[in-house]
Amino acid sequence: MLEGWPPPILDPAGPYAWPIATLSWVLLAMGAAVLALVLAALWVALFGCERARARVGGTKVIWLAGIALPAVVLSALLFYGLTLTSHLSDRIEGDEMRVRITGEMWWWRVAYLDEAGEPVLHDANELHIPVGQPVVLELQSADVIHSFWVPRLAGKLDMIPGRRNLMRIQADEPGVYGGQCAEYCGGPHALMGFVVVAHPRAEFERLLQARLERSAAPAAEDAPDAVLFQSAGCAACHRIAGTAANGAAGPDLTFMGTRQTIGAGILPNNTGTLMGWIANSQAIKPNNRMPSYTMLSAEELRALTAYLEAQQ
Amino acid sequence: MLATGACRPPPGQDAAVPLADPERGQLAIERVGCGACHTIEGIRWPQGKGGPALAGFQRRGLIAGRLPNRPDVLAAFVRNAPLLVPDSAMPAMPLSETEARDVAAYLYEIGR
Repeated sequence: MLEGWPPPILDPAGPYAWPIATLSWVLLAMGAAVLALVLAALWVALFGCERARARVGGTKVIWLAGIALPAVVLSALLFYGLTLTSHLSDRIEGDEMRVRITGEMWWWRVAYLDEAGEPVLHDANELHIPVGQPVVLELQSADVIHSFWVPRLAGKLDMIPGRRNLMRIQADEPGVYGGQCAEYCGGPHALMGFVVVAHPRAEFERLLQARLERSAAPAAEDAPDAVLFQSAGCAACHRIAGTAANGAAGPDLTFMGTRQTIGAGILPNNTGTLMGWIANSQAIKPNNRMPSYTMLSAEELRALTAYLEAQQ
Repeated sequence: MLATGACRPPPGQDAAVPLADPERGQLAIERVGCGACHTIEGIRWPQGKGGPALAGFQRRGLIAGRLPNRPDVLAAFVRNAPLLVPDSAMPAMPLSETEARDVAAYLYEIGR
């Protein structure tokens, strides 16, 4: 299982996550205080002396502790909560970096957008962002309702068919942040993970530039492994930029060699897991839409795996 | 006396992997994802079927159908299978030598 997945939910790492964690703790603490108060009153009512019991049941206590106190506390809490989280719903202007993420059964399609909102770079199940700046995500769905959730970076937001929901995320430190679909979407929903990789600004610029160049450059078509990728049927669902492989049903594999994970954010990407996924993905993620390629020989499996590891 | 002596397993057969820790081995198995291909006793997910299910190495004959079943061989095999069995579908795995010994220890530990 991938380290850091499923992701921790109360360990915020950016300005769109910490208010939620703080509010959760405040609510928990207040809930605990109210529980203690009620239990104390109950104890007095059951075991207190005659006078104390009469007091607990008196009109004054009911007015003060039963009506005035909750009204004051809940109003203060509402005000505090709305202030704390107000910047989570700031209007999104559109001059920030934008990425479109489409929920699919049971993976994520990722497209980096230019200023005009046109996709310039395709990827899947992984998002690279620069540290310390907000990134706007356009969330949509290709089939059923999913919910995008990278708990260390932001709250949940649903991906609803026919709608485009906007949210911001930001990471304050470089690192890998796990995500998870948070709306039951059938079958292997529980195995629909995601990762966000936050890079220092300069490193991110280099990565983005290299990927844009790779996307535009043609790859060597006639390599025997590329032919195998076609003949085995992989290319019917998967795209590798610059090659004849242009299937759109499954994840884009142009950068498969550098991807952190296999199977949508759930297993570490290494030769063994990649091979195991190709050979029998159904055993790993039952009912996912990729068939198990049990008909491949060990040699073919090795060649396909090496070909995919070279895609970066 | 002679009869019981003859039934004793050959030396080394029952030896645990020296200085290795099966619990650390289990963590390493989960970290690198051996389960992507193998259903392994004690590993809840994934339970892959790309390769054989793994259990009872203590009583097994050969490793990968051709290598002697010894702790040092198993540790070397889980780390770099193609070096020992070049046409095996099993690839080299990102394990340190220590981790490989721990993994071998775990595989001997389960299904005893």
